[in-house]
Amino acid sequence: MTATRYPYYPGCSLQHRSHAYQQSTEAVARALGFELVEVDDWNCCGATEYFSVNRLPAYALVARNLARAAEQGATEIVVPCSACFLNLHKTDKNMGRYPKLGERVNQALAAGKLHYEPGTVKVRHLLEMVITDIGNDRLKERTRRPLYGLKLAAYYGCLVARPDSVFGSTEQPTAMDKMLELLGAQAAPFALKTFCCGGHMTQISEDTAFEMIHRIVQNAVQSGADAIVAICPMCQLNLDVYQEAANRYFETDYHVPVLFFTQVLGLALGLSPKELGFGQEFVDARSVLDKIQDVPPPRATPARRPKNALPMPAMPE
Amino acid sequence: MSEPRVGVYVCHCGHNIAGTVDVEHVAEWAMGLPNVVVSRDNKFMCASTGQEQVEQDIKEFDLTHVVVASCSPHMHEKTFRNACARAGLNPYMFEMANIREHASWVHPNDRDGATNKAKALVSAAVHRVVHHQPLEPMVVSIRPETLVVGGGIAGIQAALEIADAGYHVYLVEREPSIGGHMAMFDKTFPTLDCSACILTPKMFDAGGHPNITLLSYSEVERVDGYVGNFTVQVRKKARKVDQDLCTGCGSCWDKCPIRIVDTVFEAGLGYRKAIYRPFPQAVPKYPVIDVENCTYFKTGKCRMCEKVCPTNAIRFDMEDEIVELEVGNIILATGFKLFDARRIPQYGYGRLENVFTSLEFERLTNAAGPTEGKIVLRDGETTPKTVAIIHCVGSRDRNFNTHCSAICCMSSLKFAHLVMEKTGAQVYNFYIDMRPIHKGYEEFYHRIMEEGAQFVRGKVSEITGVARSPEEDGKVIVVCEDTLIGHQRRVPVDMVILAAGLEPRADAQAVGYLFGVGCGDTGFFTERHPKLDPVATVTEGVFIAGACQGAKDIPDSVAQGAAAAARVLGTISRREVSLEPIRASIDEERCSGCRICNNMCPYHAIDFIEEKGVSRVNPALCKGCGTCVAACPSQVISGAHFTFDQLMAEIDGILVDVLSDRPIVEAV
Repeated sequence: MTATRYPYYPGCSLQHRSHAYQQSTEAVARALGFELVEVDDWNCCGATEYFSVNRLPAYALVARNLARAAEQGATEIVVPCSACFLNLHKTDKNMGRYPKLGERVNQALAAGKLHYEPGTVKVRHLLEMVITDIGNDRLKERTRRPLYGLKLAAYYGCLVARPDSVFGSTEQPTAMDKMLELLGAQAAPFALKTFCCGGHMTQISEDTAFEMIHRIVQNAVQSGADAIVAICPMCQLNLDVYQEAANRYFETDYHVPVLFFTQVLGLALGLSPKELGFGQEFVDARSVLDKIQDVPPPRATPARRPKNALPMPAMPE
Repeated sequence: MSEPRVGVYVCHCGHNIAGTVDVEHVAEWAMGLPNVVVSRDNKFMCASTGQEQVEQDIKEFDLTHVVVASCSPHMHEKTFRNACARAGLNPYMFEMANIREHASWVHPNDRDGATNKAKALVSAAVHRVVHHQPLEPMVVSIRPETLVVGGGIAGIQAALEIADAGYHVYLVEREPSIGGHMAMFDKTFPTLDCSACILTPKMFDAGGHPNITLLSYSEVERVDGYVGNFTVQVRKKARKVDQDLCTGCGSCWDKCPIRIVDTVFEAGLGYRKAIYRPFPQAVPKYPVIDVENCTYFKTGKCRMCEKVCPTNAIRFDMEDEIVELEVGNIILATGFKLFDARRIPQYGYGRLENVFTSLEFERLTNAAGPTEGKIVLRDGETTPKTVAIIHCVGSRDRNFNTHCSAICCMSSLKFAHLVMEKTGAQVYNFYIDMRPIHKGYEEFYHRIMEEGAQFVRGKVSEITGVARSPEEDGKVIVVCEDTLIGHQRRVPVDMVILAAGLEPRADAQAVGYLFGVGCGDTGFFTERHPKLDPVATVTEGVFIAGACQGAKDIPDSVAQGAAAAARVLGTISRREVSLEPIRASIDEERCSGCRICNNMCPYHAIDFIEEKGVSRVNPALCKGCGTCVAACPSQVISGAHFTFDQLMAEIDGILVDVLSDRPIVEAV
């Protein structure tokens, strides 16, 4: 573990809608013994749209947060929301990569007597920080209530996977899957793990949004998952709140609870569902709690392949 | 010694130089340089008139030194040296200034700048050339034996051509059998003749030829020497089978209890035993023991093969053997590696059962393959009703390889034909561009279209098992934008074949280093000239042929194998070759015997003479790289044609201020 105090950028979503993410993040931080120190006087990251509307103000808006963090002595910043993460990461990277942009952004920041030197603050997603800094051994050691019997679909969403994957692979990352297995759960073979949830498409074209939401929920069901585990408030909102509407649109009847990874992690650490914000979700997650068993389920034997079956290619670990 | 008399010739090279550089002015200006007695410009110096001008002037003006300002010395240094020699001047009294690649071509929009730079380069050459010494090339004899590395079709062809001409060939192959990739194929395009039927006669010829020594299951470890006189060290890996006793009967692999997936010859689609012969027509016919998987080598027990061998040919204690070969020329024909389709996770290879690579499909449809040629899904039973073939997998893709793999369009068409013929399945080809470019190829494309294969133009974005509708259930779905109709398409199929690209061998860099051959930006071996010298390399006596030089199909590989053989036969029939006299020498009087140079020399060309306590350069091994010259703390090593005086004069020359004609810095 490299630090115990992390500069923290919660983002608007966690403060205004995804209370469960905020609550569970705080609870998990306490349980794992690290502190998240909110950057003083941060502002909205501009979400997914602002960059398409007016680029320079969008960069300046985001850069202000980096400048504030740097001013407060931060060398890294932990972000639980994937959209905030991408915007902050992209701004830091592009200001360095395109010096002219960096210059103009700093001209804008100068109006507020701020300045940001790209590369000063390393932007990190909360999940990546937990996996890297806390580490597998410590997570395993702190597990009080293993998630035996749960089959979970690790949903990374698109923003941490592209353009630079935080978790190694753009198409099929496995870091969260491995973490969930470590906590006693079974990772579902969930193929659409980095597909887009639709973002704010619900506000623009409902048909498109429902299509995007529905295919993810459908794939989670196909993979046999008891719940989807999200790492972004936008993903969680779309899949949870609009699941019913998408069901109506496609005449299906899916009920897949969508949880934040901190909620699932918190359960394994032995925290109570209440302090992890359970009960705030639209698709009732009590079924998930009921499914947790005291003993590990028998290891499923892989389906027998036919006698003449041809070998599958070996996959690297 | 009388005053030097220098002739300067500035070439127009048509528009190549004269289009940018003011060549008349450069020639005129050069007249003012020290020792220059004649300076001319000429449309094409390399033309016979240009060369004759040089010869004539040498006689008429009594020239002692010649400078030609034109293209790269790689192109025409030899041409002008020969012209000097014809007029009775030592060819090394010549110097070339490259004002094309170094001036006109790189500064096409700056006439003044390019002209000034050309003047500086000419000045450098004029200052340098007067310090040149007459040198005599070293003539060495050529050994008639040849080493061919790689026993695929290109290497076999090269070996047979040379052996048939009456000279000895050592054919070294890394795998237990020769045959290469071609031995894995079922049919060849566009004629659809049986690959094994046309290859195996050549394999047997190579295996039994009195002029070919076949070193299979062997690798080259060290190469010393120079053109005509290479010494090559080859490791013959221990087969653990006595070839003098083994009859190739097959009892050993029948009874061997260990079965493992064969990732080499069967491309991972079939199995082999721990003692195995890769395929029935293997040359040589003897099996090898795979020590890593053999129970005896892991636990000390089993010895089943030993028990059943009727001729007692199993030798568990056999050790690797090091063989030393003396050869005059070397041909590299080390082939290619298939692109690893797992690097494109969105294509699902390794995750989705019924996604196959092209090599897997070759084995699947091969009568000697794991299914005896039945085209079935990965379950080993079901015949596919719909098959998608994806072109350009890992080729023409900036994320992986930018080059076109040249064979995939045609092998995909061949696959389409075989699938339709054997299963009647509907076939979809997903392509970016169709490039069937050789004789009979376009006709084959039309034939396959007429046979009913569908062609969808679009780069496949994803291959998924996630069904979105009941028709897609249990299928593999190919997602792509059909750019001809402008729509997204999802095509559910039973089987997908990925036409994976051709890449350089994983160890191409290391092998290239061993033989003194470079790799270009795509990683394939670099030829001496891409158009005019495609099988030679910058190292004299080392040639390349086949897919190690760039992705190519069987006819092209065969042609290159034969071409490399012809080049080798040319040097053998000349019996000798002259080597550049540009090499280092040590002033033994002043050598302190510190031996620093001994270890620096990358060619092991410097020996220490114990009795005299000095180092000495072996001129036949020295390549004139200059490392020792720079390293010598007493500065007593000099490189012929790159002496201290010559280099300092060249620097003085290039530092002339071409605008004021005064030196920028005073001469040292």
